[in-house]
Amino acid sequence: MSGIRTLPPLAAYSLALGDDALILAQRLGEWVAHAPQIEEDVALANIALDLLGQARTLLGYAGAVEGAGRDEDDLAYLRDDRDFRNVQLVEIPNGDFAVTMARQLVFSAYQYELYTALGSSGDATLAGLAGKAVKEVAYHRDHATQWVLRLGDGTELSHVRMQAGLDQVWPYTEELFDPASQLRGVAADPATLRPAWDQYVTSVLSEATLSKPEPRWRSRGGRDGLHTEHLGHLLAEMQHLHRSHPGATW
Amino acid sequence: MNDLATTADRATLLAVARSVPDPELPVLTLGDLGVIRDVRLTGDGTVEVDLTPTYTGCPAMAVIADDVRGALRRAGAAQVRIRTVLAPAWTTDWMSETGRRKLRQYGIAPPGPAAHAAGGPVKLALSVRCPQCGSPDTREVSHFGSTPCKALWTCRSCAEPFDSFKAI
Repeated sequence: MSGIRTLPPLAAYSLALGDDALILAQRLGEWVAHAPQIEEDVALANIALDLLGQARTLLGYAGAVEGAGRDEDDLAYLRDDRDFRNVQLVEIPNGDFAVTMARQLVFSAYQYELYTALGSSGDATLAGLAGKAVKEVAYHRDHATQWVLRLGDGTELSHVRMQAGLDQVWPYTEELFDPASQLRGVAADPATLRPAWDQYVTSVLSEATLSKPEPRWRSRGGRDGLHTEHLGHLLAEMQHLHRSHPGATW
Repeated sequence: MNDLATTADRATLLAVARSVPDPELPVLTLGDLGVIRDVRLTGDGTVEVDLTPTYTGCPAMAVIADDVRGALRRAGAAQVRIRTVLAPAWTTDWMSETGRRKLRQYGIAPPGPAAHAAGGPVKLALSVRCPQCGSPDTREVSHFGSTPCKALWTCRSCAEPFDSFKAI
């Protein structure tokens, strides 16, 4: 399978957003049957399913725009880690429930602003998807918010663990706002999403009695195919069945 | 079997597509749900259906498309083409009054108005009535339920858990 360096800009952009959704869907799926309570198994599976639906639309569109005959399955199952364009935030391991909720808060708050902005994209497919997905993401963001409030402003132990979860994911948040595409009028400029994201997340943290971390390093490079060692393991699990039985259907 | 391509009008085709039951909530038709957006008869006799998903990840979409195709073929259509349309985004406000009544009878609380659901935090409906006993004394257990479109609630009066259709 060839690399994606030659993708048209619109296909590359759709792929990057689709990869974020796909990889996070796979990560969240790992919680099923392992969450602290059965309602959370159901909630995280539902959130993963919404993200998977968004990924299918975005990957399918990337393949169609590329025009080389690759469909959503080819793009999901037959690329290696260096060809994925997701931010590193979505690929890091789930950690404990507080780490996952910290990631859900920062990512869903970002995706909420992203899809709100893309709703007025000049590209009809991206605008259509965004207008639909923003309603789903509103639920994801509210779900994460409620948990961060409950754990942050809960017991002494839950507060310590929620703060630790936040400290762990925070260095990966900066990457969300790195430029993802130069497509004016089509792509959302991530820098413009930041004020609203910052305001939302800051107010939740403050209400949850948590402090905003000030990390001494930040992740970078996911949009250029540079990933943590965790992505390869995730892909091995996600892709193995498809690659073992090429073309199998039921 | 009559030749639908030459005899049927758009209204008949639309009625056939809309009468197909939803595979996950068979008490509702696709017409009740509001997911059949348009039906056209093209020049070459193909029946083209615009279908919109409730949620982007709705796993029932493939089955729904197959069922619509089957129903139109049984009604005489030679060729059926299903187009998935995302915009305008589906909203529970498109659900028919009949659909809402059928949901309630089936034991699922119908969705409230979605007008205020977009933007800002998810608004919780103030009084979701228990579909079993009618009591407004209910509480949400989880935003997420057995399918993407439902949340899990419980009734304080009769102590029964129930599904509530989320307003989006």
